[in-house]
Amino acid sequence: MKILAHKQEICTGCRNCEEACADFYFKRTDRNYSSIRITNNDNTFHATKCTQCGECINMCTSNAIYRDRLGVVRIDKNKCVGCLGCVGFCSELSMFYADDLPVPFKCVACNVCVKACPEGALEILVSKVKE
Amino acid sequence: MARKILKSYEYKPAKLNRGYTRKSLYINVGDLSVQAKDISQMMIDKFVGGKGFDLYYLWHATLPETKWDDPENEIVMSAGPLGGMTQYSGTGKTLVCGISPMTGIPIDSNVGGYYGPLLKFSGWDALELQGKSDKDLVIFIDGNKGLIQIEEDDGLPEDTHLLNEKLTEEYAEDEDDKVNISVVCTGSAAPHIRFGMLNFSFYDPRRKTCRVKQAARGGLGTILRDKKIKALVVKFKGVKPNLNDVADISTINKIGVKYAKEMHDLDQKQNGIRKIGTANTVAIMNKYDLLPTRNFQAGGDPEAVKIYPQVFIDNFITQGIHDGCWYGCTMSCAKTADHFKLLTGPYKGQCVTVDGPEYECVAGLGANLGVFDPRAILEENFYCDTYGVDLISFATCLAFVMECFERGQINLENTGGLDLHFGNSESVLEILHQMSRGEGFGVIVGQGTRRCKQIFVEKFGADPKLLQDIGMEVKGLEYAEYCHKESLAQQGGFALTNKGPQHDEAWLIFMDQVNKQIPSFEDKADALYYYPMFRTWFGLCGLCKLPWNDIVPADNGKTDDPAKVPEHVQNYVDIFNAVTGKSIDKDELIRQSERVYNFQRVFSVRMGHGTRAEDYPPYRSLGPVSKEEYLSRQEMYDKQIREVHGKDPESLSIEEKMLIQRKHRENQFEKLMDAVYKRRGWTNEGVPTAEHLASIGMDLPELLEVLETHENKEK
Repeated sequence: MKILAHKQEICTGCRNCEEACADFYFKRTDRNYSSIRITNNDNTFHATKCTQCGECINMCTSNAIYRDRLGVVRIDKNKCVGCLGCVGFCSELSMFYADDLPVPFKCVACNVCVKACPEGALEILVSKVKE
Repeated sequence: MARKILKSYEYKPAKLNRGYTRKSLYINVGDLSVQAKDISQMMIDKFVGGKGFDLYYLWHATLPETKWDDPENEIVMSAGPLGGMTQYSGTGKTLVCGISPMTGIPIDSNVGGYYGPLLKFSGWDALELQGKSDKDLVIFIDGNKGLIQIEEDDGLPEDTHLLNEKLTEEYAEDEDDKVNISVVCTGSAAPHIRFGMLNFSFYDPRRKTCRVKQAARGGLGTILRDKKIKALVVKFKGVKPNLNDVADISTINKIGVKYAKEMHDLDQKQNGIRKIGTANTVAIMNKYDLLPTRNFQAGGDPEAVKIYPQVFIDNFITQGIHDGCWYGCTMSCAKTADHFKLLTGPYKGQCVTVDGPEYECVAGLGANLGVFDPRAILEENFYCDTYGVDLISFATCLAFVMECFERGQINLENTGGLDLHFGNSESVLEILHQMSRGEGFGVIVGQGTRRCKQIFVEKFGADPKLLQDIGMEVKGLEYAEYCHKESLAQQGGFALTNKGPQHDEAWLIFMDQVNKQIPSFEDKADALYYYPMFRTWFGLCGLCKLPWNDIVPADNGKTDDPAKVPEHVQNYVDIFNAVTGKSIDKDELIRQSERVYNFQRVFSVRMGHGTRAEDYPPYRSLGPVSKEEYLSRQEMYDKQIREVHGKDPESLSIEEKMLIQRKHRENQFEKLMDAVYKRRGWTNEGVPTAEHLASIGMDLPELLEVLETHENKEK
């Protein structure tokens, strides 16, 4: 199982990760297209991103969300009808959407933001337990 | 598939704009003609869509004297301008209308499943089916290719669960394609009974089976088979979030996500619909004396705990996966009992998926028949669905028949040997199997309560007055499953309806009886104006009513009018505007409904019905018919005698007290009628006035002509 992990104590809130994510997947500079969102609480930086918990899989109204062989929760764009139910149902608030995109998007633990982080505050954890 | 194609029709699917294709499809199954009609701006402005379009077409297709089985009668269906959107819960409804075999006036029924939305995405805002075929037909629409085929049945199964699977398998290219198919059909009982219903399918990719929702009320399935239509099939691949080509996707997304979050956070704390659907209310109804038991004699029973929601959750209903009847519905109320083994009938021993049980099923097929066995209820549920039987009419009619049996009004000889004591689920199931086979006493029950009354009196010597009191129908349609003797407003909510007593127009019991929010006649009349109009709107737009108030925002209780759920009303206003580009407000929303509501009432008047004389309920709806009923609530009734009538109950016999109650309650209902008609802008005879039609912008010449003819007749 692959999960993106964030080290709060190291993060400086530069938000390079957001930019890298939005650019890689949507060729945008707008952070609203990023699957990781950094928020500042009194200079402590919190990262909102998918924990791969899979709560969205069973609630999906078009059976479009699945867990891949590495344990990453993914959206099948061909099956998704863009209802955004999963966005409202995500306990982590880490399923995102944009009005000009037909389907929602989420972190798939791809490593792009990890490489973009100058502080090393992000890493991909791989657990041996395959779900 | 080697069915003979009798007619092929190619078309270019119209593109949607702001929720409409502005095209409707007309098919005459008698002469196999197919026609594309334009939907006018007047239709959109005055009738909105859905049930509005249906009624408009039905009016122009039929004559005042048209009977349900005349060739000109139609089945009309339409999804409405909001139908098929995916971002808000309950947006996949199809509205179906026709002249009813039960009532002889227009019936409308609101159904889930994929047919309506896929029909719209195939280019058609509405579908009219007219004429009568001499051989069984399948009508197939391919919305991607722009192709309509009328095919001759080659021995397809009669019952829904088999027919749906077969047709879905045939028309789908592979397993993934099955979600793009929806079938409308009925079952083997429909040709033999008057309350045959329509099943609308959707394919469940998790269970890998066809699921069904029902356009149940009023005998639409009976009409389908009378026309010899075996099934309608639509195929459309490519459902996406903005096929409606809406004016403002941003607003729709925002409201949709907000609502989904509400569902995620609050459903478990409120009604638990995601776990057990509408059956969640069985326990509440039993607690508040509202669960109709043994033909509405009582409002509950100690044994009802055996059919409480938790029993179904623990033992039968699959948990934790999506159960919506259209994409995007997070309410997810369409539950199932999977791998359910049948113990009777032609499918005995087979394991099936039962769609349900919904509240009406548990209350009607359970408590109202005295059946407190969850297994039996699910088996009855399955057979009602697959045979194409409206389970509300079936349950309410059979509850009446069982009471007739218990009171000696009919006997074993009359029933063909069937013991119809309350609680005998074996007999209940046998009646259903008889309906399917078209034989025995089941066919008589299948004629509905109104005709059963007549048959029992004329052929079996039953007491007409008693039967009139205990047969729970108005206008020929059976009541939905709520005991409501202590709620005057709900008595009106059932009887003062356009199509007959159902739970689609108004549900005021809690407001009235429990929370005492509408004490005066004017208050009740206001509620019987606002709620039927508001709830009609769902049917104009292609929406489900449940997401409106089966969950409410966390702060709803602090609003001015919690019963209306103001935030959700605003959601609907905003979504309507965001789809259509119009700018209605909550008052115009009501006005939109009011136009169609009045149109439907005048439609009934045009057919020689729709007046005060036909709005009277049976006395069982208003108060205690029998001594046992009085005694079961003696304390409450005696208190009323003392407080309302200023008489000492100790000095009166039960008969005298029952008479006092009856006179009072019937009088109260008359006053309610006066107040409601006045509030609705109708005459004291319950007919809309020309002035009122003008004030709501519905003074169409064809309506005024009907009013004039009616007035002249009255003179």
